[in-house]
Amino acid sequence: MAQITLSNLAHSYLAQPKSDADYALKAMDHVWEDGGAYALLGSSGCGKTTLLNIISGLLRPSQGRVLFGDRDVTEAPTAARNIAQVFQFPVVYDTMTVRQNLAFPLRNRGMDPGYIAGRVNHIAAMIGMEERLDRKAKGLTADAKQKISLGRGMVREDVNAILFDEPLTVIDPHMKWELRTQLKSLHREFGHTMIYVTHDQTEALTFADKVVVMYDGRVVQMGTPEELFERPAHTFVGYFIGSPGMNLLSAEVNGAQARVLGGTVDLPASYKASGKVQIGIRPEHVQLTAGDGLPVKINRVEDIGRHRLVRAETAGQSLNIVLPEGASLGPDLTHARFTPEKISVYADDWRIEGVR
Amino acid sequence: MEKTVNNKAWFLVLPVLVIVAFSAVIPLMTVVNYAFNDTFGNNQFFWAGFEWFEDTVTSSRMHDALGRQILFSGIILAIEVPLGIFIALNMPKKGFWASFCLVLMALPLLIPFNVVGTIWQIFGRVDIGLLGRTLASLGIDYNYTNDWLDAWITIVVMDVWHWTSLVALLAYAGLQSIPQAYYQAAKIDQASRWAIFRYIELPKMQGVLLIAVLLRFMDSFMIYTEPFVLTGGGPGNSTTFLSIDLVKMAVGQFDLGPAAAFSLMYFLVILLVSWVFYTVMTNMDRENMQ
Repeated sequence: MAQITLSNLAHSYLAQPKSDADYALKAMDHVWEDGGAYALLGSSGCGKTTLLNIISGLLRPSQGRVLFGDRDVTEAPTAARNIAQVFQFPVVYDTMTVRQNLAFPLRNRGMDPGYIAGRVNHIAAMIGMEERLDRKAKGLTADAKQKISLGRGMVREDVNAILFDEPLTVIDPHMKWELRTQLKSLHREFGHTMIYVTHDQTEALTFADKVVVMYDGRVVQMGTPEELFERPAHTFVGYFIGSPGMNLLSAEVNGAQARVLGGTVDLPASYKASGKVQIGIRPEHVQLTAGDGLPVKINRVEDIGRHRLVRAETAGQSLNIVLPEGASLGPDLTHARFTPEKISVYADDWRIEGVR
Repeated sequence: MEKTVNNKAWFLVLPVLVIVAFSAVIPLMTVVNYAFNDTFGNNQFFWAGFEWFEDTVTSSRMHDALGRQILFSGIILAIEVPLGIFIALNMPKKGFWASFCLVLMALPLLIPFNVVGTIWQIFGRVDIGLLGRTLASLGIDYNYTNDWLDAWITIVVMDVWHWTSLVALLAYAGLQSIPQAYYQAAKIDQASRWAIFRYIELPKMQGVLLIAVLLRFMDSFMIYTEPFVLTGGGPGNSTTFLSIDLVKMAVGQFDLGPAAAFSLMYFLVILLVSWVFYTVMTNMDRENMQ
């Protein structure tokens, strides 16, 4: 087990990358602490899998170094890195039984048969496949196969890290919760570094201690779920985390006031912003009022159980508002007020701090 | 959902029945007719019962031809299938060279059978053939026209040259369908090259290999043109396979009765072996599922 350091790492799938746009992964420095449970979150095609494959050694980066502890493994093949990886779609060895599948990574490393048998039984109990150990893997359902893949990833105790590449895509929703919980308890038990790639924010937020959000080949923010929700460092994080995502309004910011198309908004601090300036506010922190704040036009109201979601617009820019349980909605509610301390200010998509 | 029953729908099958009758059943029935009768021409037939069949089954000439045929099919399967897999494993996976190799591999398959025979007939000649002359100048006593072993080797090499591509192309298609994640997982699991072949590639190729073996078995069991052009069944009878013998009997000796009986049994043997083979392979597959 070791801390994983990425130093000035970048990757392009082209042989001769010319501009920034040619890079699937833009230059980054990043440290994965030993024993952390990380989620790597981002939309499809943002470079998550590329990053994962570089860590596991399936892909050689165009530039930069990968360090496990103090050891430079950039040039080391996958086998020398002692990494486990679980892929998006189940990979099982069809002609082997479930038992042989689980034992395969250990057998290839020449482990003692007694130890292998013990480990396989332990893992089988964890993924709930004890009864089916002697069945051929071929005839199993997709989620059973994926459980085998997960089991094969976890069967080795001495791995540096376990990487999961959207492993629960093919698994039924109720099974997803169960497996995710098991992964979490496994993490607590053994303390492996785990990196979990997903584009599902619920999955990321429930699994990980630290969530790493990627956008367009860059890590835009790393933080706890709460930090990502309260203080998104980039407009993409605001938009991607939360459902619906953060409201963003173009604004002109001058001191402690933002001028938007419909009026002015008070800010929690004084800002100096230039470039493309936006203010962001979570739908949870917007209140409908009878006259205070920006004028809004309500387009529709969606009842999503615990609360209601108001789809509105202010001066042509869409604005989502979460109406708490029990709040009433009347024709007199024509304006919207933002909770000032929950407002973030973005210049060219990056959050800026104000002076109080 | 309620299904309506209308037996008139059977008429829709009629065109196929008619076509199959004219293309297969009726010609076959004339063979059956000859197999059970004796004739001296003039469309006069005498009932012979199973006599021709008994003759054929007990004929040592037939036994020898069948033995040679089985040996030949066995040899070429044992060479072409592993060789084809080996070639497929080493072909480039993408890019210009992949297409180039595919075209190159497909070339022998496009050559008409008797042209293949002629090519090798000339290629192997000691007086003017490149292969024959080269071997002779190396001091190797090679002559496929009067040494049975040389004749066999030439025919086997010719068949391997002609048909290994088919196995290779099928195996290649099977290999190409394996998702990249399998190889990545194997790397993560530290599987050896042999283990990758044994546990990933071979199981994934099983379906196409079944087809390849079936096709090669049937084709090699029915081989006629190439050895006929190359050796004419000689020297002696050493390369007289079943179909060559059949033509000798039917066209050369004009023994239509025995030839017809022989044809029917020949057909049934191929059908039987293919069926047994197919059933065994699919049963193996089903056992795998449990």
